[in-house]
Amino acid sequence: MATYIAKPAPPNQDKRWKLVDATMRRTGQHSRSLIETLHTVQEAFGYLDEGALRYVATSLRVPLSRAYGVATFYHFFSLKPAGRHTCVICLGTACYIKGGQQLLETVQRDLHVAPGETTSDGEVSLLTARCLGSCGLAPAVVYDQEVAGKVDTQSLRAHLAKWTRHDA
Amino acid sequence: MTPEELEQIAEKESVAQQKFTKQIRVCVAAGCLSCQSDAVKDSLSKEVARRGIADCQVKGVGCMGLCAEGPLVSTSNDQMYKHVSSADAADVIESLAGSRVQRLHCPTDVPFFQRQKKIVLENSGVIDPERIEEYIVRHGYRALIKVLTEMTPQQVVSEVMTSGLRGRGGAGYPTGLKWSTVAKAVGTQKFVICNADEGDPGAFMDRSVLESDPHRVLEGMLIAAYAVGASEGYIYVRAEYPLAIKRLRTAIRQAERLGVLGTNICGTHFSLKIDLRLGAGAFVCGEETALIASIEGKRGTPKPRPPYPAMEGLLGQPTLINNVETYANVPPIIRNGGEWYAQIGTEKSKGTKVFALAGRVQNTGLVEVPMGITLREVVYEIGGGIPDGKKFKAVQTGGPSGGCLPSETLDMPVEYESLAKAGSIMGSGGMIVMDESSCMVDVAKYFMDFCMTESCGKCIPCRVGTYQMHRILTSITNMTATPADLKMLEELCDLLKHTSLCGLGQSAPNPVVSTLKSFAEEYKAHIEAHKCPAGVCGTKAQGVSA
Repeated sequence: MATYIAKPAPPNQDKRWKLVDATMRRTGQHSRSLIETLHTVQEAFGYLDEGALRYVATSLRVPLSRAYGVATFYHFFSLKPAGRHTCVICLGTACYIKGGQQLLETVQRDLHVAPGETTSDGEVSLLTARCLGSCGLAPAVVYDQEVAGKVDTQSLRAHLAKWTRHDA
Repeated sequence: MTPEELEQIAEKESVAQQKFTKQIRVCVAAGCLSCQSDAVKDSLSKEVARRGIADCQVKGVGCMGLCAEGPLVSTSNDQMYKHVSSADAADVIESLAGSRVQRLHCPTDVPFFQRQKKIVLENSGVIDPERIEEYIVRHGYRALIKVLTEMTPQQVVSEVMTSGLRGRGGAGYPTGLKWSTVAKAVGTQKFVICNADEGDPGAFMDRSVLESDPHRVLEGMLIAAYAVGASEGYIYVRAEYPLAIKRLRTAIRQAERLGVLGTNICGTHFSLKIDLRLGAGAFVCGEETALIASIEGKRGTPKPRPPYPAMEGLLGQPTLINNVETYANVPPIIRNGGEWYAQIGTEKSKGTKVFALAGRVQNTGLVEVPMGITLREVVYEIGGGIPDGKKFKAVQTGGPSGGCLPSETLDMPVEYESLAKAGSIMGSGGMIVMDESSCMVDVAKYFMDFCMTESCGKCIPCRVGTYQMHRILTSITNMTATPADLKMLEELCDLLKHTSLCGLGQSAPNPVVSTLKSFAEEYKAHIEAHKCPAGVCGTKAQGVSA
């Protein structure tokens, strides 16, 4: 006998939940589509909060622990909202050999922010990448989705200064 | 879609192409795009339109290889231009009728271009990756038609066996053997999977192939599916490659519309549905059992093998998993025959290999070379040697699972066996050149940090072992290690290699083992003399990052 489980209501009235629902519907609400659904949530909202995880888990009929497990296992998913700007420093081998680590330390020092964190004013999120595949342009940095190649400390600082109005 | 219809499309497209006597090709793969090559393409198109040159075509193409010199532009009068900006549009267009633009000139008669042998990359930098017609003109989907109309699945498998093709993902398992295992396996349904989770830092071959020639990978998967009897396929691609994802989606849609993908392909009983699955940033998902878990919507943790995916893979069914480059090799093998492919390369390593050349080398970019070429030829001739008059120290192959090869190995041929003998692996094709300014202990620590962070945590040797090895390497670079620490490090290498569950843990010690073997004096200098010969360690704050 099949048990009927009522479809849960989205956490709020936000229209973006329709996108999430569409992804789940396309795969017949199968638990296999958990990762794809989380991708859609992150694309639409920028991060995964508890409400989103509960909603997706209930809709796909997987335990919340599994949804949380998947969301924390994969680096691509973020449980916290990002800052207004994001600065991704590539630490792939080629970038590391050509000084990516120094670039990272510069941002950490200048903005007082650890990798994976956002500055206290919510302006800049500092992230690291394993490899962007732009090794020919090492060291590479992504400023708000735009890849910049052959970055040095000077050009990095110049770019960050544009984002932070209250320069120390 | 019948063979005749395919020929008609090719015919129509080549007539359309002949209308253009002049052509300007702009690289729109990720490397050049990040140098704003799309703006270059736009301004070239606008300038051509403004001047009303009807017989000149401006098109976006895939990777031309020399990524460091981008944006790259090539023209129909055999010129290549580097560092092209939007402001150069007028000069480039004028050069089509006159002499070349000297300040942008990029010579193509140099070893970087001449020493390569292109099979996988033959369409790369030539065709527009977003148009299926251009792929069809360049013999696209002919191999598929050939297997569907002339060959039995067994014949396809034996052709691939004859070719001697081996897996290009790193381990080098014979492709034909894998196909025949899946073909013989019994299951209610079979799957083909393309592993495009290119996680090795410093490797971007698969991304380039997917961005430059996506249909070739689809065709390779179609032929594989026919050979093993699969009806469903997945491409597991990194979410970090948005452009590759976009072009694959376009390619799948176009192939479905033409009827070379979907149900009853080309009017036969053969059907295949291909879907994309996005990775989410976990290196371990490059391991096949972890990849399958991820496609099933779970955490990417590996399982003990056997059973191998060839017997029990996705949803417990026989599953064929091959790398992007492996599939990309299949259509030319079918078109030209396995014998043709087997003539290229060495006795045990056939064909060509694509390498991503990066690090301290003059020409960074993507190269395809025949197997058996020496490392010296790759680094010094194709790569143009080390810049700034520095001295060569090592070349790292195989990413975090590989090793560092010292200058003594420069004359060694590049093939699966010789690289393994020298303490490294072929790997997926990342090749990072290091000069005297790199400290090998620091490099070993870098890779250990990578493996430690990427360990999935399922088995203890890998989860705890990588942490302990990283701790010891950090103390060496902090100059606080003792000789006993070094001994412990060696023991841990052995332990991880023999007791870890999957390839990640088993090969995690490789960078340490290979640097201990070839650069033992550097370890000694750190421990005994408290000095870093390269001057890298101790100059900055070092800490264990979890």
